[in-house]
Amino acid sequence: MTMMSAAHEPNGRAEVPAFFEVRSLSKVYATEAAPVRALDRVSLSQQRGEFVSIVGPSGCGKSTLLMIAAGLSGASGGQILVDGAPVTGARKDIGLVFQSHVLLEWRNTLSNIMLQAEARRMDRKPAEARARELLRSVGLDGFEHQYPKALSGGMRQRVSICRALLHDPPHLLMDEPFGALDALTRDQMQLDLQRLCADRNMTVLFVTHSISEAVFLSDKVVVMTPRPGKIDRVIDIDLPRPRTLAMREGPRFAQYSREVLDVFVASGILREN
Amino acid sequence: MSSMTDGSRIGRAPDHDDPLSIEAVEARVQREQTRRARHDRVTRVVYPIAAVIVLLAAWELGRDMVGLPRFLLPSPTEILDAMLRNRAMLLREAWVTGLEVVLGFALSVAIGIPLAVAIFQSPLFSKSVYPILVSFQAVPKVAVAPLFIVWFGFGMLPKVLIAFLIAFFPVVINTVMGLASIEREKIHLARSIGLSKFETFRLIRFPNALPSIFAGLKISITLAVVGAVVGEFVGGNAGLGYTLMLANGSMDTALLFAAIFALSFLGYALFWLVELAERLCMPHLDRASLRGETG
Ligand SMILES: Nc1ncnc2c1ncn2[C@@H]1O[C@H](COP(=O)(O)OP(=O)(O)OP(=O)(O)O)[C@@H](O)[C@H]1O
Ligand SMILES: [Mg+2]
Repeated sequence: MTMMSAAHEPNGRAEVPAFFEVRSLSKVYATEAAPVRALDRVSLSQQRGEFVSIVGPSGCGKSTLLMIAAGLSGASGGQILVDGAPVTGARKDIGLVFQSHVLLEWRNTLSNIMLQAEARRMDRKPAEARARELLRSVGLDGFEHQYPKALSGGMRQRVSICRALLHDPPHLLMDEPFGALDALTRDQMQLDLQRLCADRNMTVLFVTHSISEAVFLSDKVVVMTPRPGKIDRVIDIDLPRPRTLAMREGPRFAQYSREVLDVFVASGILREN
Repeated sequence: MSSMTDGSRIGRAPDHDDPLSIEAVEARVQREQTRRARHDRVTRVVYPIAAVIVLLAAWELGRDMVGLPRFLLPSPTEILDAMLRNRAMLLREAWVTGLEVVLGFALSVAIGIPLAVAIFQSPLFSKSVYPILVSFQAVPKVAVAPLFIVWFGFGMLPKVLIAFLIAFFPVVINTVMGLASIEREKIHLARSIGLSKFETFRLIRFPNALPSIFAGLKISITLAVVGAVVGEFVGGNAGLGYTLMLANGSMDTALLFAAIFALSFLGYALFWLVELAERLCMPHLDRASLRGETG
Protein backbone atom coordinates (compact mmCIF):
# COMPACT_ATOMS: atom_id res chain seq x y z
CA MET A 1 0.00 0.00 0.00
CA THR A 2 2.76 2.45 0.98
CA MET A 3 4.79 1.41 -2.03
CA MET A 4 1.85 2.17 -4.29
CA SER A 5 1.33 5.61 -2.84
CA ALA A 6 5.01 6.35 -3.02
CA ALA A 7 4.86 5.63 -6.74
CA HIS A 8 2.03 8.13 -7.09
CA GLU A 9 3.87 10.78 -5.14
CA PRO A 10 6.12 12.55 -7.65
CA ASN A 11 7.91 14.76 -5.17
CA GLY A 12 8.23 11.88 -2.71
CA ARG A 13 7.17 13.74 0.40
CA ALA A 14 8.23 12.07 3.61
CA GLU A 15 4.92 12.52 5.53
CA VAL A 16 2.39 9.71 5.79
CA PRO A 17 0.20 9.77 2.67
CA ALA A 18 -3.41 10.44 3.53
CA PHE A 19 -5.95 7.64 3.30
CA PHE A 20 -8.27 9.89 1.34
CA GLU A 21 -7.33 12.96 -0.56
CA VAL A 22 -9.17 15.52 -2.68
CA ARG A 23 -6.81 17.43 -4.96
CA SER A 24 -7.79 20.71 -6.62
CA LEU A 25 -11.21 19.36 -7.38
CA SER A 26 -13.38 21.50 -9.65
CA LYS A 27 -16.85 20.80 -10.91
CA VAL A 28 -18.81 22.79 -13.45
CA TYR A 29 -22.32 21.73 -14.38
CA ALA A 30 -23.25 22.46 -17.96
CA THR A 31 -26.84 23.69 -18.12
CA GLU A 32 -29.16 25.10 -20.77
CA ALA A 33 -28.43 28.58 -19.43
CA ALA A 34 -25.06 29.55 -18.02
CA PRO A 35 -22.75 26.84 -16.65
CA VAL A 36 -22.84 26.44 -12.85
CA ARG A 37 -19.57 26.49 -10.95
CA ALA A 38 -20.28 24.07 -8.14
CA LEU A 39 -16.71 23.50 -6.90
CA ASP A 40 -13.61 25.58 -7.42
CA ARG A 41 -10.25 23.90 -6.72
CA VAL A 42 -11.23 22.17 -3.50
CA SER A 43 -8.52 20.27 -1.66
CA LEU A 44 -8.66 18.29 1.56
CA SER A 45 -7.25 15.15 3.07
CA GLN A 46 -8.32 12.64 5.65
CA GLN A 47 -6.41 10.09 7.70
CA ARG A 48 -7.72 6.67 8.66
CA GLY A 49 -9.95 6.82 11.71
CA GLU A 50 -10.58 10.52 11.30
CA PHE A 51 -14.04 12.08 11.39
CA VAL A 52 -14.19 14.97 8.94
CA SER A 53 -17.24 17.21 8.54
CA ILE A 54 -18.01 19.54 5.70
CA VAL A 55 -20.18 22.50 6.75
CA GLY A 56 -21.56 25.15 4.49
CA PRO A 57 -24.71 26.90 3.39
CA SER A 58 -27.11 25.39 0.92
CA GLY A 59 -25.77 25.26 -2.61
CA CYS A 60 -22.07 25.47 -1.74
CA GLY A 61 -21.40 22.11 -3.38
CA LYS A 62 -21.29 19.75 -0.40
CA SER A 63 -23.35 17.04 -2.05
CA THR A 64 -21.46 17.50 -5.28
CA LEU A 65 -18.19 16.98 -3.43
CA LEU A 66 -19.50 13.89 -1.67
CA MET A 67 -20.85 12.34 -4.87
CA ILE A 68 -17.52 12.84 -6.59
CA ALA A 69 -15.77 11.45 -3.52
CA ALA A 70 -17.96 8.35 -3.87
CA GLY A 71 -16.99 8.03 -7.52
CA LEU A 72 -20.62 8.41 -8.52
CA SER A 73 -20.12 11.60 -10.45
CA GLY A 74 -17.16 12.76 -12.49
CA ALA A 75 -14.91 15.71 -11.69
CA SER A 76 -14.36 18.53 -14.18
CA GLY A 77 -10.83 19.07 -12.88
CA GLY A 78 -8.55 17.66 -10.23
CA GLN A 79 -8.83 14.23 -8.70
CA ILE A 80 -9.76 12.06 -5.74
CA LEU A 81 -7.19 9.68 -4.32
CA VAL A 82 -7.80 6.72 -2.06
CA ASP A 83 -4.60 5.25 -0.64
CA GLY A 84 -2.80 7.23 -3.30
CA ALA A 85 -4.73 5.70 -6.21
CA PRO A 86 -7.00 7.93 -8.26
CA VAL A 87 -10.72 7.10 -8.19
CA THR A 88 -12.06 6.39 -11.66
CA GLY A 89 -15.44 4.80 -11.07
CA ALA A 90 -18.06 4.16 -8.39
CA ARG A 91 -16.22 3.24 -5.19
CA LYS A 92 -17.26 -0.04 -3.62
CA ASP A 93 -15.21 0.42 -0.45
CA ILE A 94 -17.70 2.86 1.03
CA GLY A 95 -20.88 3.00 3.00
CA LEU A 96 -23.20 5.67 1.74
CA VAL A 97 -25.93 7.45 3.69
CA PHE A 98 -28.12 10.04 2.03
CA GLN A 99 -30.26 12.81 3.40
CA SER A 100 -33.33 10.73 2.65
CA HIS A 101 -33.26 7.13 3.84
CA VAL A 102 -33.41 5.57 0.34
CA LEU A 103 -34.88 2.35 1.71
CA LEU A 104 -36.62 0.06 -0.75
CA GLU A 105 -40.25 0.20 0.24
CA TRP A 106 -40.95 -3.38 -0.85
CA ARG A 107 -38.30 -4.83 1.46
CA ASN A 108 -38.60 -5.07 5.21
CA THR A 109 -36.02 -3.66 7.61
CA LEU A 110 -33.84 -6.75 7.68
CA SER A 111 -33.87 -7.38 3.95
CA ASN A 112 -33.19 -3.73 3.24
CA ILE A 113 -30.00 -4.10 5.23
CA MET A 114 -29.30 -7.48 3.64
CA LEU A 115 -29.35 -5.85 0.20
CA GLN A 116 -25.78 -4.85 0.99
CA ALA A 117 -24.89 -8.49 1.70
CA GLU A 118 -26.63 -9.74 -1.45
CA ALA A 119 -24.85 -7.20 -3.61
CA ARG A 120 -21.48 -8.07 -2.13
CA ARG A 121 -22.12 -11.81 -2.09
CA MET A 122 -21.43 -11.98 1.64
CA ASP A 123 -22.19 -15.22 3.49
CA ARG A 124 -25.82 -15.06 4.44
CA LYS A 125 -25.72 -16.41 7.99
CA PRO A 126 -22.98 -14.19 9.46
CA ALA A 127 -24.24 -11.17 7.52
CA GLU A 128 -27.71 -11.60 8.93
CA ALA A 129 -26.35 -12.02 12.44
CA ARG A 130 -24.43 -8.81 11.98
CA ALA A 131 -27.46 -7.00 10.60
CA ARG A 132 -29.43 -7.99 13.69
CA GLU A 133 -26.59 -6.89 15.93
CA LEU A 134 -26.45 -3.51 14.18
CA LEU A 135 -30.20 -3.11 14.53
CA ARG A 136 -29.90 -3.89 18.21
CA SER A 137 -27.13 -1.35 18.62
CA VAL A 138 -29.38 1.42 17.30
CA GLY A 139 -32.36 0.25 19.33
CA LEU A 140 -34.31 -1.31 16.50
CA ASP A 141 -34.44 -4.94 17.58
CA GLY A 142 -37.94 -6.25 17.09
CA PHE A 143 -38.44 -4.17 13.95
CA GLU A 144 -36.71 -6.62 11.58
CA HIS A 145 -39.89 -7.49 9.72
CA GLN A 146 -41.47 -4.05 9.48
CA TYR A 147 -41.67 -2.35 6.15
CA PRO A 148 -40.21 1.18 5.89
CA LYS A 149 -43.74 2.59 5.69
CA ALA A 150 -44.37 1.54 9.28
CA LEU A 151 -41.23 3.21 10.66
CA SER A 152 -40.72 6.79 11.77
CA GLY A 153 -38.28 9.10 9.97
CA GLY A 154 -35.58 8.59 12.59
CA MET A 155 -36.02 4.82 12.55
CA ARG A 156 -35.74 4.72 8.77
CA GLN A 157 -32.54 6.73 8.85
CA ARG A 158 -31.17 4.36 11.49
CA VAL A 159 -31.92 1.43 9.17
CA SER A 160 -30.15 3.14 6.31
CA ILE A 161 -27.11 3.70 8.54
CA CYS A 162 -27.15 0.01 9.48
CA ARG A 163 -27.25 -0.84 5.78
CA ALA A 164 -24.23 1.39 5.17
CA LEU A 165 -22.30 -0.30 7.99
CA LEU A 166 -23.09 -3.94 7.28
CA HIS A 167 -19.89 -4.62 5.36
CA ASP A 168 -17.65 -2.63 7.73
CA PRO A 169 -16.75 -0.08 5.06
CA PRO A 170 -13.28 1.45 5.22
CA HIS A 171 -14.88 4.82 4.45
CA LEU A 172 -18.32 6.06 5.45
CA LEU A 173 -19.79 8.94 3.46
CA MET A 174 -22.82 10.69 4.87
CA ASP A 175 -24.74 13.50 3.19
CA GLU A 176 -26.80 15.41 5.77
CA PRO A 177 -28.02 12.13 7.24
CA PHE A 178 -29.88 13.85 10.08
CA GLY A 179 -31.12 16.83 8.10
CA ALA A 180 -34.73 15.70 8.06
CA LEU A 181 -34.97 14.80 11.74
CA ASP A 182 -36.30 16.74 14.71
CA ALA A 183 -33.81 18.22 17.16
CA LEU A 184 -34.21 15.57 19.85
CA THR A 185 -33.92 12.61 17.49
CA ARG A 186 -30.98 14.35 15.92
CA ASP A 187 -29.13 14.56 19.24
CA GLN A 188 -29.75 10.87 19.84
CA MET A 189 -28.53 9.97 16.35
CA GLN A 190 -25.35 11.99 16.87
CA LEU A 191 -24.65 10.11 20.07
CA ASP A 192 -25.39 6.78 18.37
CA LEU A 193 -23.12 7.64 15.47
CA GLN A 194 -20.31 8.68 17.79
CA ARG A 195 -20.55 5.37 19.60
CA LEU A 196 -20.64 3.33 16.39
CA CYS A 197 -17.59 5.22 15.13
CA ALA A 198 -15.66 4.67 18.34
CA ASP A 199 -16.53 0.96 18.39
CA ARG A 200 -15.27 0.39 14.88
CA ASN A 201 -12.69 3.14 14.58
CA MET A 202 -14.41 4.39 11.46
CA THR A 203 -13.30 6.92 8.90
CA VAL A 204 -16.21 9.22 8.18
CA LEU A 205 -16.76 12.05 5.73
CA PHE A 206 -19.84 13.85 6.97
CA VAL A 207 -21.81 16.64 5.28
CA THR A 208 -24.03 18.89 7.35
CA HIS A 209 -25.67 22.29 7.57
CA SER A 210 -25.38 22.35 11.32
CA ILE A 211 -22.33 23.94 12.90
CA SER A 212 -22.89 22.35 16.30
CA GLU A 213 -23.38 18.92 14.75
CA ALA A 214 -20.09 19.31 12.88
CA VAL A 215 -18.18 20.46 15.95
CA PHE A 216 -19.74 17.80 18.14
CA LEU A 217 -18.85 14.87 15.89
CA SER A 218 -15.64 15.83 14.13
CA ASP A 219 -11.92 15.74 14.46
CA LYS A 220 -11.77 18.25 11.63
CA VAL A 221 -14.37 20.67 10.29
CA VAL A 222 -14.08 21.85 6.71
CA VAL A 223 -15.91 25.13 6.19
CA MET A 224 -17.17 25.85 2.70
CA THR A 225 -18.52 29.02 1.12
CA PRO A 226 -20.69 29.14 -2.00
CA ARG A 227 -20.64 30.57 -5.52
CA PRO A 228 -18.33 29.00 -6.44
CA GLY A 229 -18.00 26.29 -3.78
CA LYS A 230 -14.67 26.76 -2.03
CA ILE A 231 -13.02 25.63 1.17
CA ASP A 232 -12.55 28.66 3.34
CA ARG A 233 -11.08 27.13 6.49
CA VAL A 234 -10.25 23.82 8.06
CA ILE A 235 -10.63 23.76 11.83
CA ASP A 236 -9.20 20.99 14.01
CA ILE A 237 -11.52 20.15 16.87
CA ASP A 238 -9.50 19.19 19.89
CA LEU A 239 -12.17 18.06 22.33
CA PRO A 240 -11.87 14.86 24.37
CA ARG A 241 -13.89 11.81 23.38
CA PRO A 242 -16.44 10.50 23.99
CA ARG A 243 -18.16 13.83 23.74
CA THR A 244 -21.20 14.50 25.87
CA LEU A 245 -24.23 16.66 25.33
CA ALA A 246 -23.11 18.82 28.23
CA MET A 247 -19.91 19.65 26.35
CA ARG A 248 -21.98 21.57 23.86
CA GLU A 249 -22.60 24.18 26.53
CA GLY A 250 -18.90 24.46 27.37
CA PRO A 251 -16.64 27.40 26.48
CA ARG A 252 -14.36 25.46 24.14
CA PHE A 253 -17.27 24.15 22.16
CA ALA A 254 -18.63 27.69 21.89
CA GLN A 255 -15.20 28.86 20.78
CA TYR A 256 -15.12 26.34 17.92
CA SER A 257 -18.68 27.16 16.87
CA ARG A 258 -17.81 30.83 16.87
CA GLU A 259 -14.81 30.14 14.63
CA VAL A 260 -17.02 28.46 12.05
CA LEU A 261 -19.62 31.17 12.35
CA ASP A 262 -17.00 33.87 11.84
CA VAL A 263 -16.16 32.38 8.46
CA PHE A 264 -19.78 32.76 7.38
CA VAL A 265 -19.96 36.29 8.78
CA ALA A 266 -16.69 37.28 7.12
CA SER A 267 -17.80 35.94 3.75
CA GLY A 268 -21.13 37.73 3.97
CA ILE A 269 -23.30 34.60 4.20
CA LEU A 270 -24.49 35.76 7.61
CA ARG A 271 -25.08 39.41 8.44
CA GLU A 272 -25.21 40.57 12.02
CA ASN A 273 -26.88 43.89 12.54
CA MET B 1 -76.38 7.65 30.68
CA SER B 2 -78.23 10.70 31.93
CA SER B 3 -76.78 10.44 35.44
CA MET B 4 -73.30 10.42 33.96
CA THR B 5 -73.81 13.65 32.08
CA ASP B 6 -75.44 15.17 35.12
CA GLY B 7 -72.50 14.25 37.29
CA SER B 8 -69.91 15.66 34.96
CA ARG B 9 -71.85 18.84 34.29
CA ILE B 10 -72.45 19.80 37.87
CA GLY B 11 -69.36 18.17 39.31
CA ARG B 12 -71.13 17.42 42.57
CA ALA B 13 -69.60 14.13 43.56
CA PRO B 14 -65.85 14.39 44.14
CA ASP B 15 -65.22 10.70 43.35
CA HIS B 16 -66.72 11.28 39.89
CA ASP B 17 -64.12 13.96 39.26
CA ASP B 18 -61.26 11.51 39.67
CA PRO B 19 -59.70 11.20 36.23
CA LEU B 20 -59.77 7.68 34.87
CA SER B 21 -56.48 5.81 34.89
CA ILE B 22 -54.70 5.72 31.52
CA GLU B 23 -55.31 1.97 31.32
CA ALA B 24 -59.03 2.51 31.70
CA VAL B 25 -59.00 5.28 29.10
CA GLU B 26 -56.97 3.09 26.78
CA ALA B 27 -59.40 0.22 27.18
CA ARG B 28 -62.33 2.52 26.45
CA VAL B 29 -60.67 4.07 23.39
CA GLN B 30 -59.73 0.63 22.11
CA ARG B 31 -63.29 -0.61 22.65
CA GLU B 32 -64.74 2.34 20.81
CA GLN B 33 -62.23 1.89 18.01
CA THR B 34 -63.11 -1.79 17.55
CA ARG B 35 -66.80 -0.98 17.61
CA ARG B 36 -66.34 1.77 15.04
CA ALA B 37 -64.22 -0.49 12.84
CA ARG B 38 -66.85 -3.23 12.97
CA HIS B 39 -69.55 -0.72 12.22
CA ASP B 40 -67.52 0.59 9.27
CA ARG B 41 -66.98 -2.91 7.95
CA VAL B 42 -70.66 -3.71 8.13
CA THR B 43 -71.83 -0.46 6.59
CA ARG B 44 -69.29 -0.77 3.80
CA VAL B 45 -71.06 -3.92 2.68
CA VAL B 46 -74.60 -3.19 3.78
CA TYR B 47 -75.01 0.34 2.42
CA PRO B 48 -74.10 -0.39 -1.21
CA ILE B 49 -76.29 -3.51 -1.19
CA ALA B 50 -79.16 -1.50 0.27
CA ALA B 51 -78.62 1.20 -2.36
CA VAL B 52 -78.70 -1.38 -5.14
CA ILE B 53 -81.87 -2.95 -3.75
CA VAL B 54 -83.57 0.44 -3.51
CA LEU B 55 -82.50 1.25 -7.05
CA LEU B 56 -83.76 -2.09 -8.39
CA ALA B 57 -87.04 -1.69 -6.53
CA ALA B 58 -87.49 1.81 -7.93
CA TRP B 59 -86.74 0.46 -11.37
CA GLU B 60 -89.13 -2.46 -10.95
CA LEU B 61 -92.02 -0.32 -9.73
CA GLY B 62 -91.20 2.92 -11.52
CA ARG B 63 -91.08 1.37 -14.98
CA ASP B 64 -94.76 0.40 -14.87
CA MET B 65 -95.79 3.63 -13.21
CA VAL B 66 -94.14 5.69 -15.92
CA GLY B 67 -95.60 3.30 -18.46
CA LEU B 68 -92.46 2.49 -20.40
CA PRO B 69 -93.03 -0.48 -22.73
CA ARG B 70 -91.24 -3.71 -21.89
CA PHE B 71 -89.19 -3.74 -25.11
CA LEU B 72 -87.62 -0.40 -24.17
CA LEU B 73 -86.83 -1.12 -20.55
CA PRO B 74 -87.36 -4.55 -19.05
CA SER B 75 -87.77 -4.73 -15.29
CA PRO B 76 -85.06 -6.30 -13.10
CA THR B 77 -87.14 -9.43 -12.56
CA GLU B 78 -87.57 -9.84 -16.30
CA ILE B 79 -83.81 -9.41 -16.78
CA LEU B 80 -83.15 -11.95 -14.04
CA ASP B 81 -85.59 -14.26 -15.71
CA ALA B 82 -83.80 -13.79 -19.05
CA MET B 83 -80.46 -14.49 -17.39
CA LEU B 84 -81.73 -17.67 -15.79
CA ARG B 85 -83.47 -18.90 -18.92
CA ASN B 86 -80.35 -18.28 -21.01
CA ARG B 87 -77.79 -19.17 -18.38
CA ALA B 88 -76.18 -21.99 -20.34
CA MET B 89 -75.86 -19.82 -23.40
CA LEU B 90 -74.59 -16.80 -21.43
CA LEU B 91 -72.00 -18.93 -19.65
CA ARG B 92 -70.84 -20.40 -22.95
CA GLU B 93 -70.54 -17.00 -24.62
CA ALA B 94 -68.93 -15.44 -21.55
CA TRP B 95 -66.34 -18.19 -21.69
CA VAL B 96 -65.58 -17.31 -25.33
CA THR B 97 -65.33 -13.58 -24.64
CA GLY B 98 -63.35 -14.19 -21.45
CA LEU B 99 -60.87 -16.33 -23.35
CA GLU B 100 -60.44 -13.64 -26.01
CA VAL B 101 -59.91 -10.99 -23.34
CA VAL B 102 -57.42 -13.06 -21.36
CA LEU B 103 -55.46 -14.03 -24.47
CA GLY B 104 -55.41 -10.45 -25.76
CA PHE B 105 -54.40 -9.17 -22.34
CA ALA B 106 -51.72 -11.83 -21.89
CA LEU B 107 -50.34 -10.98 -25.31
CA SER B 108 -50.21 -7.29 -24.49
CA VAL B 109 -48.35 -8.04 -21.26
CA ALA B 110 -46.02 -10.55 -22.91
CA ILE B 111 -45.12 -8.12 -25.67
CA GLY B 112 -45.69 -4.80 -23.90
CA ILE B 113 -43.43 -5.27 -20.90
CA PRO B 114 -40.37 -6.57 -22.77
CA LEU B 115 -40.88 -3.85 -25.37
CA ALA B 116 -41.03 -1.23 -22.62
CA VAL B 117 -37.84 -2.61 -21.12
CA ALA B 118 -36.18 -2.46 -24.54
CA ILE B 119 -37.38 1.10 -25.04
CA PHE B 120 -36.04 1.99 -21.65
CA GLN B 121 -32.69 0.24 -22.05
CA SER B 122 -31.80 1.10 -25.60
CA PRO B 123 -31.51 4.71 -26.76
CA LEU B 124 -32.09 3.43 -30.29
CA PHE B 125 -35.50 2.04 -29.31
CA SER B 126 -36.47 5.01 -27.22
CA LYS B 127 -35.70 7.40 -30.06
CA SER B 128 -37.23 5.35 -32.88
CA VAL B 129 -39.97 3.02 -31.62
CA TYR B 130 -41.31 5.02 -28.70
CA PRO B 131 -42.37 8.17 -30.59
CA ILE B 132 -44.09 6.00 -33.18
CA LEU B 133 -45.91 4.12 -30.44
CA VAL B 134 -47.02 7.29 -28.74
CA SER B 135 -48.34 8.79 -31.95
CA PHE B 136 -49.96 5.48 -32.88
CA GLN B 137 -51.91 5.74 -29.67
CA ALA B 138 -53.94 8.50 -31.33
CA VAL B 139 -55.38 6.01 -33.81
CA PRO B 140 -58.82 4.91 -32.59
CA LYS B 141 -58.13 1.20 -32.31
CA VAL B 142 -61.75 0.15 -32.80
CA ALA B 143 -61.57 1.65 -36.31
CA VAL B 144 -59.00 -1.01 -37.16
CA ALA B 145 -61.38 -3.83 -36.23
CA PRO B 146 -62.99 -4.29 -39.68
CA LEU B 147 -59.55 -4.51 -41.21
CA PHE B 148 -58.60 -7.29 -38.82
CA ILE B 149 -61.73 -9.22 -39.78
CA VAL B 150 -60.69 -8.94 -43.42
CA TRP B 151 -57.19 -10.10 -42.64
CA PHE B 152 -57.81 -12.80 -40.05
CA GLY B 153 -61.32 -14.08 -40.75
CA PHE B 154 -64.22 -14.57 -38.36
CA GLY B 155 -62.61 -16.83 -35.77
CA MET B 156 -61.17 -15.99 -32.39
CA LEU B 157 -57.88 -14.62 -33.69
CA PRO B 158 -59.03 -11.17 -34.85
CA LYS B 159 -60.85 -10.56 -31.52
CA VAL B 160 -57.76 -11.52 -29.55
CA LEU B 161 -55.70 -9.21 -31.72
CA ILE B 162 -58.08 -6.28 -31.31
CA ALA B 163 -58.14 -6.82 -27.54
CA PHE B 164 -54.36 -6.96 -27.64
CA LEU B 165 -54.02 -3.83 -29.75
CA ILE B 166 -56.22 -1.75 -27.51
CA ALA B 167 -54.80 -3.13 -24.24
CA PHE B 168 -51.20 -2.89 -25.31
CA PHE B 169 -50.49 0.84 -25.04
CA PRO B 170 -51.21 1.41 -21.37
CA VAL B 171 -48.92 -1.52 -20.54
CA VAL B 172 -46.02 -0.12 -22.56
CA ILE B 173 -46.43 3.48 -21.53
CA ASN B 174 -46.93 2.80 -17.82
CA THR B 175 -44.00 0.41 -17.74
CA VAL B 176 -41.70 2.90 -19.45
CA MET B 177 -42.85 5.62 -17.06
CA GLY B 178 -42.42 3.38 -14.04
CA LEU B 179 -38.91 2.34 -15.05
CA ALA B 180 -37.87 5.91 -15.74
CA SER B 181 -39.26 7.44 -12.57
CA ILE B 182 -36.83 6.41 -9.87
CA GLU B 183 -34.96 8.56 -7.37
CA ARG B 184 -31.40 9.16 -8.38
CA GLU B 185 -30.27 8.13 -4.90
CA LYS B 186 -31.54 4.58 -5.41
CA ILE B 187 -29.37 4.24 -8.48
CA HIS B 188 -26.42 5.78 -6.65
CA LEU B 189 -26.95 3.30 -3.85
CA ALA B 190 -27.01 0.42 -6.33
CA ARG B 191 -23.73 1.50 -7.87
CA SER B 192 -21.96 2.04 -4.57
CA ILE B 193 -22.88 -1.39 -3.23
CA GLY B 194 -21.60 -2.92 -6.46
CA LEU B 195 -24.76 -4.12 -8.17
CA SER B 196 -24.37 -4.89 -11.85
CA LYS B 197 -26.64 -3.23 -14.36
CA PHE B 198 -28.78 -6.33 -14.59
CA GLU B 199 -28.99 -6.77 -10.82
CA THR B 200 -29.90 -3.12 -10.41
CA PHE B 201 -32.74 -3.71 -12.82
CA ARG B 202 -33.91 -6.90 -11.16
CA LEU B 203 -33.54 -5.82 -7.54
CA ILE B 204 -34.31 -2.14 -7.70
CA ARG B 205 -35.61 -0.66 -10.92
CA PHE B 206 -38.23 -3.26 -11.78
CA PRO B 207 -39.77 -3.64 -8.32
CA ASN B 208 -39.73 0.14 -8.08
CA ALA B 209 -41.78 0.30 -11.29
CA LEU B 210 -44.36 -2.29 -10.18
CA PRO B 211 -46.99 0.13 -8.85
CA SER B 212 -46.96 1.99 -12.15
CA ILE B 213 -46.98 -1.24 -14.16
CA PHE B 214 -50.01 -2.52 -12.27
CA ALA B 215 -51.81 0.77 -12.79
CA GLY B 216 -51.25 0.14 -16.51
CA LEU B 217 -52.42 -3.47 -16.28
CA LYS B 218 -55.67 -2.43 -14.64
CA ILE B 219 -56.44 0.01 -17.42
CA SER B 220 -55.37 -2.61 -19.90
CA ILE B 221 -57.66 -5.41 -18.70
CA THR B 222 -60.68 -3.11 -18.88
CA LEU B 223 -59.75 -2.03 -22.39
CA ALA B 224 -59.19 -5.65 -23.45
CA VAL B 225 -62.86 -6.37 -22.69
CA VAL B 226 -63.87 -3.46 -24.91
CA GLY B 227 -61.57 -4.74 -27.66
CA ALA B 228 -62.97 -8.26 -27.61
CA VAL B 229 -66.57 -7.06 -27.67
CA VAL B 230 -65.88 -4.67 -30.53
CA GLY B 231 -64.32 -7.55 -32.45
CA GLU B 232 -67.42 -9.65 -31.87
CA PHE B 233 -69.66 -6.78 -32.99
CA VAL B 234 -67.81 -6.38 -36.24
CA GLY B 235 -67.63 -9.98 -37.28
CA GLY B 236 -68.42 -12.74 -34.88
CA ASN B 237 -70.46 -15.82 -34.38
CA ALA B 238 -69.75 -16.30 -30.67
CA GLY B 239 -69.17 -14.37 -27.47
CA LEU B 240 -71.20 -11.94 -25.42
CA GLY B 241 -70.73 -9.22 -28.06
CA TYR B 242 -72.37 -11.53 -30.57
CA THR B 243 -75.17 -12.27 -28.09
CA LEU B 244 -75.73 -8.53 -27.78
CA MET B 245 -76.02 -8.24 -31.56
CA LEU B 246 -78.45 -11.18 -31.72
CA ALA B 247 -80.62 -9.83 -28.92
CA ASN B 248 -80.57 -6.45 -30.59
CA GLY B 249 -81.66 -7.96 -33.89
CA SER B 250 -84.61 -9.75 -32.31
CA MET B 251 -85.52 -6.75 -30.09
CA ASP B 252 -85.10 -9.00 -27.06
CA THR B 253 -84.28 -6.17 -24.63
CA ALA B 254 -84.33 -8.41 -21.58
CA LEU B 255 -81.65 -10.63 -23.13
CA LEU B 256 -79.74 -7.50 -24.14
CA PHE B 257 -79.66 -6.41 -20.52
CA ALA B 258 -78.80 -9.91 -19.38
CA ALA B 259 -75.79 -9.93 -21.70
CA ILE B 260 -74.72 -6.46 -20.51
CA PHE B 261 -74.83 -7.69 -16.92
CA ALA B 262 -72.88 -10.82 -17.82
CA LEU B 263 -70.28 -8.68 -19.57
CA SER B 264 -70.00 -6.42 -16.53
CA PHE B 265 -69.51 -9.39 -14.21
CA LEU B 266 -66.86 -10.75 -16.53
CA GLY B 267 -65.03 -7.42 -16.65
CA TYR B 268 -65.25 -7.05 -12.89
CA ALA B 269 -63.95 -10.57 -12.25
CA LEU B 270 -60.97 -10.05 -14.55
CA PHE B 271 -60.17 -6.69 -12.97
CA TRP B 272 -60.33 -8.31 -9.56
CA LEU B 273 -57.85 -10.98 -10.68
CA VAL B 274 -55.37 -8.29 -11.73
CA GLU B 275 -55.84 -6.59 -8.38
CA LEU B 276 -55.24 -9.89 -6.65
CA ALA B 277 -52.00 -10.33 -8.58
CA GLU B 278 -51.03 -6.82 -7.58
CA ARG B 279 -51.56 -7.57 -3.91
CA LEU B 280 -49.56 -10.79 -4.22
CA CYS B 281 -46.69 -9.00 -5.98
CA MET B 282 -46.59 -6.10 -3.54
CA PRO B 283 -47.47 -7.55 -0.14
CA HIS B 284 -45.93 -4.57 1.65
CA LEU B 285 -48.73 -2.35 0.40
CA ASP B 286 -51.32 -3.67 2.82
CA ARG B 287 -49.41 -5.91 5.16
CA ALA B 288 -47.24 -3.05 6.39
CA SER B 289 -50.06 -1.30 8.16
CA LEU B 290 -51.40 -4.54 9.62
CA ARG B 291 -48.05 -5.59 11.01
CA GLY B 292 -47.43 -2.10 12.31
CA GLU B 293 -49.98 -2.57 15.08
CA THR B 294 -48.45 -5.70 16.54
CA GLY B 295 -44.75 -4.82 16.18
N1 LIG C 1 -27.20 18.16 -11.73
C1 LIG C 1 -26.97 19.49 -11.62
N2 LIG C 1 -27.08 20.30 -12.69
C2 LIG C 1 -26.84 21.61 -12.58
N3 LIG C 1 -26.48 22.22 -11.45
C3 LIG C 1 -26.35 21.49 -10.35
C4 LIG C 1 -26.59 20.07 -10.36
N4 LIG C 1 -26.40 19.59 -9.13
C5 LIG C 1 -26.05 20.67 -8.37
N5 LIG C 1 -26.03 21.79 -9.10
C6 LIG C 1 -25.66 23.12 -8.62
O1 LIG C 1 -24.42 23.03 -7.98
C7 LIG C 1 -24.41 23.79 -6.78
C8 LIG C 1 -24.05 22.93 -5.63
O2 LIG C 1 -25.07 21.97 -5.41
P1 LIG C 1 -25.03 20.90 -4.23
O3 LIG C 1 -26.23 20.06 -4.33
O4 LIG C 1 -23.72 20.21 -4.25
O5 LIG C 1 -25.12 21.87 -2.96
P2 LIG C 1 -25.22 21.46 -1.43
O6 LIG C 1 -24.13 22.16 -0.74
O7 LIG C 1 -25.28 20.00 -1.27
O8 LIG C 1 -26.59 22.13 -1.02
P3 LIG C 1 -27.65 21.59 0.05
O9 LIG C 1 -27.06 21.91 1.38
O10 LIG C 1 -28.86 22.42 -0.22
O11 LIG C 1 -27.86 20.15 -0.18
C9 LIG C 1 -25.77 24.44 -6.67
O12 LIG C 1 -25.69 25.76 -7.11
C10 LIG C 1 -26.64 23.63 -7.59
O13 LIG C 1 -27.61 24.46 -8.19
MG1 LIG D 1 -26.80 18.61 -0.56
